[in-house]
Parts: sequence; structure tokens; C-alpha cells
Amino acid sequence: MAWLVFAVAAWIAGYSFNVWLSRRPPSRWASLAAPIVFGITLIAVWEGVVRGFEINQVLLPAPTVIAARFVTSTEILWVDFVQTVFKGALSGYIIGCGAAFLIAIAVDRFPFLQRGLLPVGNFVAALPVIGMAPILVMWFGFDWQSKAAVVVVMVFFPMLVNTVQGLQASDSMQRDLMRTYGAGYWRTLAKLRLPAAMPFIFNGLKIGTTLALIGAIVAEFFGSPVRGMGFRISTSIGQLALDLVWAEIVVAAIAGSAFYGLMAMVERTVTFWHPSQRK
Amino acid sequence: MRQSFVPVLTVLTFLVVLWYAAAVWLNAPWAHDRATRSGEVLTTQTLIADTWSQDKPKLPAPHQVATEIWQTTVEKNITSKRSLVYHAWVTLSATLLGFVLGTGLGVLLAIGIVYNRVMDMSVMPWVIASQTIPILAIAPMIIVVLNAVGVSGLLPKAMISMYLSFFPVVVGMVKGLRSPDAMQLDQMRTWHASAAQSFWKLRLPASMPYLFTSLKIGMAASLVGAIVGELPTGAVAGLGARLLAGSYYGQTIQIWSALLVAAALAAALVGIIGIVQRVTLKRMGMS
Repeated sequence: MAWLVFAVAAWIAGYSFNVWLSRRPPSRWASLAAPIVFGITLIAVWEGVVRGFEINQVLLPAPTVIAARFVTSTEILWVDFVQTVFKGALSGYIIGCGAAFLIAIAVDRFPFLQRGLLPVGNFVAALPVIGMAPILVMWFGFDWQSKAAVVVVMVFFPMLVNTVQGLQASDSMQRDLMRTYGAGYWRTLAKLRLPAAMPFIFNGLKIGTTLALIGAIVAEFFGSPVRGMGFRISTSIGQLALDLVWAEIVVAAIAGSAFYGLMAMVERTVTFWHPSQRK
Repeated sequence: MRQSFVPVLTVLTFLVVLWYAAAVWLNAPWAHDRATRSGEVLTTQTLIADTWSQDKPKLPAPHQVATEIWQTTVEKNITSKRSLVYHAWVTLSATLLGFVLGTGLGVLLAIGIVYNRVMDMSVMPWVIASQTIPILAIAPMIIVVLNAVGVSGLLPKAMISMYLSFFPVVVGMVKGLRSPDAMQLDQMRTWHASAAQSFWKLRLPASMPYLFTSLKIGMAASLVGAIVGELPTGAVAGLGARLLAGSYYGQTIQIWSALLVAAALAAALVGIIGIVQRVTLKRMGMS
């Protein structure tokens, strides 16, 4: 009962604090604090409800239990993290985005290819590409190479479509100006078209970050060596060790947010001139 | 549209040719292996013929997948467990339920975010952060936990679809509901419109183009969610279960046919939304 009261109290406290924040004149501090308070409130309510209703720890572990498990099994989590994120997701992300970027530049030179590839690429980007995972695991074996291959396939088309669109972003007036300067194809590409394409390219890169993690984890459901986040999640569910599963999810969430945040930060420095980045 | 027909066709033809070539290349080692064991000598012709007709090829040729799809859709009874139509229907129902739930949740959240400053400040960042979490990784756990609570069948899969499809709807609808500019909002005020009236007559109609764009993304995401949601149920029914069963038993033709049916399903669903979008926007005078 006391825990339920705690949950309700936490909710009221968090809510009224945010109401107070939203009534104040808007500031950087307030816009940063409000979501944090909301998150802490949610975790507190979760803890209170789980303990108050005495929900089975196997079904939904309390946040404190998950945190305890996280601290005691950092070694396992680190091994899985290296296997899935560094070896699988990151290598696949770099290969996939790099290949898509180069192919987009090649495609851009031929309008015929562009008109043919863009609708197909848009179509493939909407398909359940993740279904390729079992096939690629069969082709490339159980280790990280197959995970990287899945990630390559997943990030390739969003990146391709975005880059091709971005390369068309500079308008004809600007391109004419480059021509009057006597700039050739490569110089125009480097000085005008690539910089103009950057907002689109970063859009593709940011979409790719979450896709890469999803691809690497889901591919491990179809077979993996005895480490990796996807492997740990599927085996821990079998052992009903849900606290370990949640710990892996926390790692995945932190990795995903950090990866996305990093890309957003790079975007901010590269495309500082774009209207969406101005303050 | 007509302009890009020939280029698209060229690219597709090229892809099919590439597929056949890759099938020869990937299946050749197995064909050679078998030939040396039985003491036969493979000419180029028999090699190609063999690589395009193996039972469990590394990469089945397009016509093998096409026959498999034909056999499992048209020639099988729809209620049979080996009919792809049956499996596609299982996946489709979870997809649609999740899509409807996700769209509902997304629209409600968007209205809350637009009309309530507290929600805007505290919920919106979390909606965005929720998508940087690889949610599909949690899919097996959600299924197992909901099964343990006693919820099984359609709903757990639909929950995953819902989670994936609500995000594009929230983001699109928030943008859409905020798209009327200050001048239009002022006009509503001079007409002494109530909050409800300015919602129904200005904000909601103005958000329609944004809504349809998000619905297309949400539908594709919803299908992915339903397929991944079927993986941990122990391969009972659905396209995801076909994928998993195929990968257990090395039935590559089965995997590819399930994959192509899933692709066709995605294309059809997104296409239907596109048609509804065109008709609705035309009747509203917006396109």
C-alpha cells in the first residue's frame, strides 16, 4: 500500500513540477529539465506500481532490480556490446552508408539511372528488409559478418534515396553560377552540391543509426555465437531472467540514443547554415 | 510517372538478370560437388540448368520462387497451414490491428501535445527518444510476458506494430496540426470560433496531407513489427513464422517466397493508403 501511495505521490509531484516549469518563461534550462523530470517520474511510478501490486519479478522487474543486475553483470554486457554494436552494427553501418553514398554520386551522373533507381529505392526502403536476416545469416555464417551484412542491406536504401535527393537540392541558378566561375564537375560537386546535400545525407545517416542497431540485434535471433545482445535477449527469455533482458535493453537504448546524438551533433557542426539549425 | 516507366523497367530487368547470374555463381559450388561425387562432368549448360533447379539452393532462381508462390497461394486450400494466403492473413490482421491502435494513439498524443504545453515540454522529447531504442529487440520479451499474463494470439503482435507505427503519426500530426499559420488562426478568432470549432474546421483539415504521409510510413513499420513479432512465438503461423521455419530447415525457396509475399503486402497496403490520400485530398480541394 505504501508503495502505491509512493507511486501516486511521485506522479503528482512530477506533474505539478512540470506544470510549474511550463508556466515560467521559456528557457533552455526548463526545456531540458521537463523531459528529465518526466522520465524520473515514470521510473518512480514503475517502481511503486511493481512493488505495490507485488507484480512477479519474472514478468516485470522493478527498476532497482534491473539497475542491480546491470551493475553486477557489466562484464557480460560489455562483451555483448562489443560483439553486437562495434563488430556488427558499426562495421555494417560504415560499409552500407559508404557504399550508398558512392553509388548515389555515380547514379547522379546519369539521369536515366536516377529516374529508374529512385522509385525502386523508395519502394525497397519501405519493405520489411529485416526479413533478409535469415538468408544473410545462412550465407555469411553465424559470426558478426552476417550481422554486418544485414545492417548493410538495411541502411543502404534510405541512405541512397536521401543522398540522391540531396544531390538535386542545389538549384539551377547556383549551378549556373558555378559554371560562370568555370568550375568543372568535380569542383561543383565538392564546393556546391555536396554541401547542399548535407542536410539530406545526415537525415539518411540518422535514420540509419537505429536501423543498424535493430538489424544487428534481430539478425542474432537467427543464429549467433554465444555472445551478443540479441543472443543474450533470446536465451535469457528462455531462462526467464528478465532482469538481464532489461539490462540489455538499457544498454541498447543508451547505445541507440548516443549513436543518434553523435550524428545529430556532427550534423549541427556540418550544416550550421541550414535554417533548421539556426536559433 | 509515365516518364519514369522505361527507366524503372530497365532497372528491374537488370535486377532479375543479376539475380539469375548470382544464383549460378552461388549455387555452382554445390553443383560441382555433387557432380564430382557422382563422377559426372558438367558442361556449362548442365551447370546452369542444375544451379537453377536445386532443392535447397543458396539462392533460388526467380522462377523457382515464383512457382513456389503460385503453388502455395493459388493451388493450396486457403485454410491449409501450408497456404501462404493463410500465413499472410495472420500477419495482415496483426498489422492492421496494430496500425489502427498506433494511429489512434498517435493522433491522441499529437492533439495532447499541440493543446497542452506541459505535454509538449515533457512528452515530445521522449516520443523522439523512444525511437532511438531498438524496439524490435524487445519484441520477443513483450510476446513472452503478455503470453504469461494470458494475453496471446493477435494482441501481443499488434502491440509491437502499434509501438512502431505511432511514432511517425505523432510527429506528422504535430507538424500538421501546427501547420495553420497565425493569420488563419486569427481569422478563426475574429469569427469567434470556439476551440472545438477551430480544431474541427481548421487544424484537422490542415493536417490531412501530413497525416497521410505519416500513415504510409506507419503502415510499413507496422508490417515489420508484425513480422518480427511472429519470430519468437515458436513458428506457429504468419509470414515471420515461415521465415523462421525456413531458416531452421534450410528451405531457402520458402524463405524467399515469404519475403516476396511480405514485400507485395507492404506495397499493396501503402498503395491503398496512397489511393485514399489522392481521393480524399482531391475532394477536400487540397491537391
